[in-house]
Amino acid sequence: MTGGVNSFQVSGYGPERAGWTRVLARDSLARRLDWPILLSALALSLLGSLLVWSATRNRTELNQGDPYYFLVRHWLNTGIGLALMVGALWLGHRALRTAVPLLYGASVFLILLVLTPLGSTINGAHSWIKLPGGFSLQPSEFVKITIILGMAMLLAARVDAGDKPYPDHRTVLQALGLAVVPMLIVMLMPDLGSVMVMVVIVLGVLLASGASNRWVFGLLGAGAAGAITVWQVGILDEYQINRFAAFANPELDPAGVGYNTNQARIAIGSGGLTGSGLFHGSQTTGQFVPEQQTDFVFTVAGEELGFVGGALIIGLLGIILWRACRIARDTTDLYGTIVAAGIVAWFAFQTFENIGMTLGIMPVTGLPLPFVSYGGSSMFATWLAVGLLQSIRIQRPMSA
Amino acid sequence: MTNIPETGRSPRVQIRLVVIQVLVVSLLGTLGGRLWYLQIREGDQYAKEASGNHVQQVVQPAVRGSILDARGVALADNETRLVVSASRTELLKMRDDGKAVLTKLAGVLGMSAKEVGEKVRLCDAKTPQPCWNGSPYQPIPITDEATPKQALQIRERAEDFPGITAEPQAVRRYAAPGKANTAQVLGYLSPVTDEEIQKAQDTDSPYLRSDMVGRSGLERQYDKQLRGKAGVTRYEVDKLGRVLGQAEADPAEPGANLVTSIDARVQRIAEYELNEAMKEARKQHDRNTNRTYEADSGAVVVMEAKTGRVVAMASNPTYDPNAWVGGISAKDYAALTGKESNYPLLNRAIQGQSAPGSIFKVIPTAAAINAGYSFEGPYNCSSSYSIGSQVFKNFESQNHGPISLGRALEVSCDTVFYALSHEEWKRDGGNKPKKNPDDWFYKTSHQFGLGEETGIDLPNEVTGRVPDRQWKLDYWKANKDVWCKTGKKDGSYAERIAYENCLEGNRLRAGDSVNYSIGQGDTLVTPIQMATVYAAIANGGTLYDPTVGKAVISPDGRTVTEIEPKPHGKLPMTKQTLSQIDEALEGVATRGTAAWRFGGWPQDEIPMHAKTGTAEVYGKQTTSWFATYTEDYSIVMTISQGGTGSGASGPAVRNIYNALYGVSEDGEIDNKKALLPTPQKTLPKVRTDGTIKAPKVSKDPAKDRVEPSPDAGATTPQDDPADPQQPGTVPSPENTNRDTRRRERRRGGRSGTRRTAS
Repeated sequence: MTGGVNSFQVSGYGPERAGWTRVLARDSLARRLDWPILLSALALSLLGSLLVWSATRNRTELNQGDPYYFLVRHWLNTGIGLALMVGALWLGHRALRTAVPLLYGASVFLILLVLTPLGSTINGAHSWIKLPGGFSLQPSEFVKITIILGMAMLLAARVDAGDKPYPDHRTVLQALGLAVVPMLIVMLMPDLGSVMVMVVIVLGVLLASGASNRWVFGLLGAGAAGAITVWQVGILDEYQINRFAAFANPELDPAGVGYNTNQARIAIGSGGLTGSGLFHGSQTTGQFVPEQQTDFVFTVAGEELGFVGGALIIGLLGIILWRACRIARDTTDLYGTIVAAGIVAWFAFQTFENIGMTLGIMPVTGLPLPFVSYGGSSMFATWLAVGLLQSIRIQRPMSA
Repeated sequence: MTNIPETGRSPRVQIRLVVIQVLVVSLLGTLGGRLWYLQIREGDQYAKEASGNHVQQVVQPAVRGSILDARGVALADNETRLVVSASRTELLKMRDDGKAVLTKLAGVLGMSAKEVGEKVRLCDAKTPQPCWNGSPYQPIPITDEATPKQALQIRERAEDFPGITAEPQAVRRYAAPGKANTAQVLGYLSPVTDEEIQKAQDTDSPYLRSDMVGRSGLERQYDKQLRGKAGVTRYEVDKLGRVLGQAEADPAEPGANLVTSIDARVQRIAEYELNEAMKEARKQHDRNTNRTYEADSGAVVVMEAKTGRVVAMASNPTYDPNAWVGGISAKDYAALTGKESNYPLLNRAIQGQSAPGSIFKVIPTAAAINAGYSFEGPYNCSSSYSIGSQVFKNFESQNHGPISLGRALEVSCDTVFYALSHEEWKRDGGNKPKKNPDDWFYKTSHQFGLGEETGIDLPNEVTGRVPDRQWKLDYWKANKDVWCKTGKKDGSYAERIAYENCLEGNRLRAGDSVNYSIGQGDTLVTPIQMATVYAAIANGGTLYDPTVGKAVISPDGRTVTEIEPKPHGKLPMTKQTLSQIDEALEGVATRGTAAWRFGGWPQDEIPMHAKTGTAEVYGKQTTSWFATYTEDYSIVMTISQGGTGSGASGPAVRNIYNALYGVSEDGEIDNKKALLPTPQKTLPKVRTDGTIKAPKVSKDPAKDRVEPSPDAGATTPQDDPADPQQPGTVPSPENTNRDTRRRERRRGGRSGTRRTAS
C-alpha cells in the first residue's frame, strides 16, 4: 500500500477503531510517525530553552529585568513550532507542492520587504522585519523551505510522472533560477550565512534529484568562483572580512575581531567532561561570550554541561539527520526524497557551521543552531521542516 | 491507489543519498572530535584562561619595612597621608576623557590643570617625566599631600568627581632624623613597570601592579626584604566588572626592617662637615687657575675599620629623597637629572671616581717591598726626576735628600716613587716588554682591590681603573681611530697628545709608569675603595666588602638575619711591612703633611693615621683627598676641584673624629660627648607589635657640638722640622700642605720642564 494525498485523514479516522487500539494500530498515525526525530527535536528545544535561560537570566539589558523572559519565549516559540509541524503534517508535503507558487511569492515578497525601511539591522545583517510586541521576523529562514519545496516540485515533476529517469537540463535550469532569485535578494541584505545555507541546500537538492554530475560539479565550481568574486568585488562588509581573518588567525586581536571566537573557545574548553553545572559557568554568568543565547548558544552547553552536554546535542542532531536520511532513502517518490535531502543539507550545514564556529573550526557567521538557539523564525522554520519530514515518512509504503 | 510510479529511488539517487549520509556522519564526527579535543585534551588550559578572565584582584599594598640606623632610629619609614588618586579607566569613559573633572580637581588641590594632566598621562617612549609608569588600571596618585579639607571636598561631592578618590594611605617618609638626610644611600622608590612585572612573574617574589620598587640605594638593594607581600583579594566578576562570586583573600604581609650600620648623628655630621668644607673651599683662591675653587662635588665615607661597615656615607650635592614620594613633579625631576643639576642622585662615595693622588702611595710602597726593595732604602728624594728630555718634578721642587720609604710617605715625596716605578718598568723590559713582566706596581694595585667593585651592598658601584698594560691596549684599540684622525704633530696640547697616543698609546710608556706611581695619569679610584684600603691597613690587612646593611629584622621582631662582614682579600704585604706603613701614616698625622690638621689631637689615647692627596685633573682644578684611620674607624673624604688634601678636607675629617670620640679642640676627651667612641655592636630591638625601640636624636647633632673655628688647624702650632711649609707662616691651606700629584706635562715644543700645580 502506498500513502495517498489524503492518507493522513484516511488513516487517522478509521471509524471502527477507538482509544489505544486506534493509536497503536499498525497503520495508525502514531505508529507511523518518526518518533526519534520528534523526540530529539523536542529534547533539543527544551535543552535549548535551559541554555538560553542560563545565558540570559543575568543579562538585564536584554531580558527587561525578567530572568525568565527568554525561557518563556523559547517555550512559546517551541509551542508555535510544534503547531506548525502539526499543520504541515496535516496538509502534507504533497499538498504543499501545489501551494509552492503562493509560498514562493510570499517569501520573495517578505525578503523584499526587508530591504525596504521596514527591515531592521541586527548585528550587521539587515535581515529582520520588526513586528509589534517586540517580535521580529527573519524571512530568510522561510526562504530556505520555499527553495526546497520549489526546487523539489520542479525537479521531481517529470520524474515522478514517469516521463524521465532524471531531471533534464531545462528543468535543472528552471529550478536553479527559482533558487537564485531569493538568494540574490538575501545576499543584498547582506545575510551571507543564509546564502551559504541556501547554496548547500541547492547542492543537496540537486544531488538527491539525480541531476547530472555536470550540474553538481558545475555548481560547486560556480560556488567557489562566486565566493572569490564576492571577496574580490568587495560586497562584504568589513566585519565579515574580519570574521574570516579572525578565523584564519585565532591569535589575531583577541580583544577585537577575534574576541568572539576566543571567548567562545575558552568557555567550551573550560567545561571539561561534565561542565560546571547549569548556571555555574563563569564565562556564561560573566557574560564574556557575545550573542550567547542565539548564535553562540552551544558555548553554554560546552561550559555548563561539558563534553557530555555538548556531545548530547551533537548526538540528538545526529539522530534527526540520520533519520532524515533514512526518510529520504525510504520514500518512493522523488519529490519526497528531494525535500528530505534538502532538509538534511540544511540542518547538517547549519549544525556544522554553528557548532564549528564556536569550536574554532569554521569562521563566524550568524547562523542559529537548529532548535537550540533562541529565535522565533529559525524555530518555526525548523519545526516546519520536521513536519515535512514526518509527512514524507507517514506517506511511504509500510512495507519499506 | 496512486498514480505516482516507484521511480523515486533510482540507483544514482540511491548512491548519492548514501554519500550525503556518510558526509553528514563525518561532519558530526568532526564536531565531536573537536569537542573532545577542546574539552578533554586541552580543557585544563582553557579552564585556567577562563579563571583569568573573570577574576579581579584587589590589592592591599604591604607596608614597606623601615630602614633603621644602627641604634634603631628610622631613616626611612612610612606615614599615613591623604592620597588623591584618579582612575584612568573611569576618566576615559567620559566624553572629554575626564579633562573637566581633572581641571575641577586641580582647582580643589590648588594645582594647575597641566600639572594634574601630566601626573595621569602614561609614560611611553615619547612622553618625558613626569608621567605614570605603573599600570593604567591602577588608580594614579595625583598628590599625597591633600589636606583633610580637600579630601572632604572631594568625597562629599563624589558625583562631581567621578573616578577620583581621596583615601588615607601609608606612604614612604624619609624622616631625616637629626637632619641626616642620607639621600643617596637610602635611594628612592617609583612604581613598578610592566617589564619588571613580566620579568619577575615566575620568580619567588613576583610584583603586583601597585608595587613601588626601590630604584637606587638601599631601597633597591634590599627591595625584596623591605617590600613584603601585598595582600590580594580575588573577586569573581563579570565582563562589566560587577562582582559575582565571593572573595578569596591573602592578607598583606608587611616588609621586614633593615638595620644599617649608619649612625644618624655621625651621618649628619659627615654631611654637614662635607658641605661646610666645600663652602669653605669655594672661598679659597686657586693660584693655578686664578679663581676660587669650584668644589663642585664631594664625598665622605666613615667606615668601621674592623668590619667594613659604613657608619656614614655622604655625597654632595644632595637632594631631598621625599621629592620622589607620591610621584615626582616635572620641576623636581629636572632639578635632579637635568644637565644643570650636577646630578645629585649620584652617590659619589661609590659612583664618583677620580685620580687618587698621593693617598695612593701606600700601594706603590707595598709594591716596592714586594718587588724586593728595602723599606729603609735610602732613596734619594730629589727635586726632580728626568727620563730623557722629560722632567718630573717633586712637589714644589722639594729636595729631602736620601730617605726611607716611610719618610717618603710622610713627606709625600714623589721622586722616590718615580724612580722606583721607572726602575721596575725598565726591569720589565721598558719599551720592549718581557713576555711575562712582573708588573709589581700594577699587580699590587689589583691585590688592594682597585679596578674592581668593593662589593658594597649598594647598587651601581663603579670600579675605578688600574691603568695597566692590558687596559692601555684595550683603551688604545677603542680610541686609536679618533686619535689618529685628530692628532697633529705640531698642533695644540690636546692634538699633540692625540698624535702621540695614536702612535704608541698601546704601550706602557716610561712616563705612564712614573705618573701612575703617585696615583696620577689614568688611575681612578672611588672613595669607598680607598676607605676599604685604609680600613684594611688599620685592621691588620683584611679587605672587607663594605656593608651598609647590618641585619634584616622581621616586622614582629622575631626573626633576625644578621648580615655578617665578609672579607674579600688580604693586603699583599707582610706584618712587618704593614706595621712600617702604619707607623709612617701615623707620622703623616703627627709630623707629616697632615700634622697641621691634627694639632692637639690626643695621639696617645687615639692614635691617628692619615695620608693627604692632591690630584691633578686635566682641565680642572685639583681634587682634594684625605684618607685617615684610627683603631676603629677609617674616614676618607674627597672634594672635586676643592684644592689640596689636608687643606680642603682636613678640618672636616678632624671634626668628624672629634664628634666620634668626643674630642674637644684642645684635645680633651669627653666620653659623654663622644657619639660613637667604639662601633655600635648591639642591634636595635623591634618589638612584637612592630614598634622599634630607638633613642632620641637631637634636632641637629652638627649644631650640638662646640662650633669648631674654621681655621682650627692653622692656629695649632707646628713644629715639624720635616715640613718646612709651616701653616703658621703661610695661613692659606693651599700652600701649606704638600703631597701632590703631577701629571707629566708633555715635552713637545721647547718646554723641557713642567710647571707644577699648587
